[in-house]
Amino acid sequence: MNIATDKNVLLEYVLRLGDNGLILAQRLIELVAHGPELEEELANANFSLDYLGQARLFYSYAGELEGKGRVEDDFAFMRSDREFCNVQLVEQPNGHFGGTVARSFFFDTFYQLQLEVLTNCRDAHLAGIAVRAVREIQYHQRHNSQWMIRLGDGTDESHRCLQESVDSLWRYTGELFAGDSIDDQFRDAFDGPDLSALLARWREIVESVFSEATLDVPDDQWMIEGGRDGRHSEHFGSLIAEMQTMQRSYPGQQW
Amino acid sequence: MTNYDWPLYEVFIRTKAGLSHRHAGSVHAADDEMALNHAHDVYTRRNEGVSIWVVRSSEIVASDPAESDAFFEPAKDKIYRHPTFYEIPDGVENI
Repeated sequence: MNIATDKNVLLEYVLRLGDNGLILAQRLIELVAHGPELEEELANANFSLDYLGQARLFYSYAGELEGKGRVEDDFAFMRSDREFCNVQLVEQPNGHFGGTVARSFFFDTFYQLQLEVLTNCRDAHLAGIAVRAVREIQYHQRHNSQWMIRLGDGTDESHRCLQESVDSLWRYTGELFAGDSIDDQFRDAFDGPDLSALLARWREIVESVFSEATLDVPDDQWMIEGGRDGRHSEHFGSLIAEMQTMQRSYPGQQW
Repeated sequence: MTNYDWPLYEVFIRTKAGLSHRHAGSVHAADDEMALNHAHDVYTRRNEGVSIWVVRSSEIVASDPAESDAFFEPAKDKIYRHPTFYEIPDGVENI
């Protein structure tokens, strides 16, 4: 085992987890004060803060692993778009309520499976974060699955809108399971997730929810990738510009 | 936006094991599962509970405030129904 290399792999893996969480948190926080109902408004804000809280834990740990004195704010607010390694799915715009639900459903279902494996990974600190995070995500996943069924099997209009969202987001789901050398090394060195096993389980869950929701699973198609290498969709620049504007304008500013 | 199509549910929270569920408030929801989620999101986000009941407000049978005199007044002067005439042994806390 090469300790130095393993540590770099772990650092990169933890940063990806942090970026996925932070960017989805930012997308959901955009919806604050726009919820369709008071109760859903609160649920959405809770979810966003759950992701943000997890991102903070991942970034703090990344700072420790890196050992260059960077703290969570440096990772969140002082990196440029090409340095973010989140999957493109989480940066996609909210769209209508059904689109937000579908995006979260695809991601949460993956993320829950990922975290479940990480609770038993060989790095104790990361496993500890995963234990805490997985309980939050289990609830998100349940909440969003129920909305998929409610909207999919709802009115003609809700069904049509949700199916359109599913069809347009589907091309971003491949990246969740398209492993690269970091995923391979992380799996070998730290007992990380086997992505093909995760994909099989993800398909099962998605198909079961879709069948209850009377939604069609899209045909196999070309999948968009690149987020983890810093290549993002056109929406990403404005997302991080808005997210980072305070720290960019007033570096080191504190509440 | 307020959606008047969604029925109202009453929310009852058990704050810790051993205590009874108490009325916490109400939420709107389209169905029972959603009502439970909404109750969870609105009333237990600061660690207030270990168990939630929700019930459609329309399913609750309530006493009529206009009849409260007939309903409750007669119990007010029946002090012999309270166990106040017993000596409570030392060390018994919850009576």
